[in-house]
Amino acid sequence: MPPEENELLTRAQIAGRVDLDRATYDALIAHGWSDHPYEVCGFLAAQNGRFARHYEIPNAARSMTYYSMDPKAMLRPLREIEDHGWDLGIYHSHPHTEAFPSPTDVQLAHYPEAVYLIVSLQDRDQPVIRAFDIVEGKITERMVYVDGMQAPVGQR
Amino acid sequence: MVKRRSIRKESEAVAIEVRVPTVLRKHTGGENKISGVGTSLRELLDDLDARNPGLRGALISEDGQLHRFINVYVNDEDVRFLGGVETELQEGDQVSILPAVAGG
Repeated sequence: MPPEENELLTRAQIAGRVDLDRATYDALIAHGWSDHPYEVCGFLAAQNGRFARHYEIPNAARSMTYYSMDPKAMLRPLREIEDHGWDLGIYHSHPHTEAFPSPTDVQLAHYPEAVYLIVSLQDRDQPVIRAFDIVEGKITERMVYVDGMQAPVGQR
Repeated sequence: MVKRRSIRKESEAVAIEVRVPTVLRKHTGGENKISGVGTSLRELLDDLDARNPGLRGALISEDGQLHRFINVYVNDEDVRFLGGVETELQEGDQVSILPAVAGG
């Protein structure tokens, strides 16, 4: 497709930031590779504004283009995060496409309180994690910081 | 040892606590926990819908079954592996509603 059209699909207004610690950032990428070329998924929890805890949840679909969290496995982590009053993050991987929400991601984004993180393994040498708010179909991107340093954004 | 099923009169209402996800709290006046009565999930949802209009419709489709992208749990068990909307409920059961987490 023409570049300008591609641009429209993969850009959103940028507002705010999301902070992760290095160990968590690296763990998400390692998780992405662990079942490559299938998509992986999980939750993140932030205390005091920094995501430093993650929960790997089985992808019941075990697909290269789709993920669906195992219903039973997602219950306890979500309850723990809510009961502690932690901020919620939801991540999944895009093994072959860029780190931007697909139409399906937007359609099925039913956690308006969550930050959605996408781990792209499209560039094997430079994995990219980008973060988004997805509220009632509207995507807003947040800049990702790892231990206070801005993370690579890849092609945008 | 605790007996799972307590003895109760036929007509006695069974109070069940329900955890409601953020996206559905527009139906509950912002409450994250509500309670209702019913001896099955279907009865409970009917009862809840009377005080929380729109809640049942957000969970059940026209064919009377749970929406594909809604998970309902009774005591940590996905009701799809119990009796679906006909799952029996008992005093003290905990019901949790969670939207599925899925995407492409």
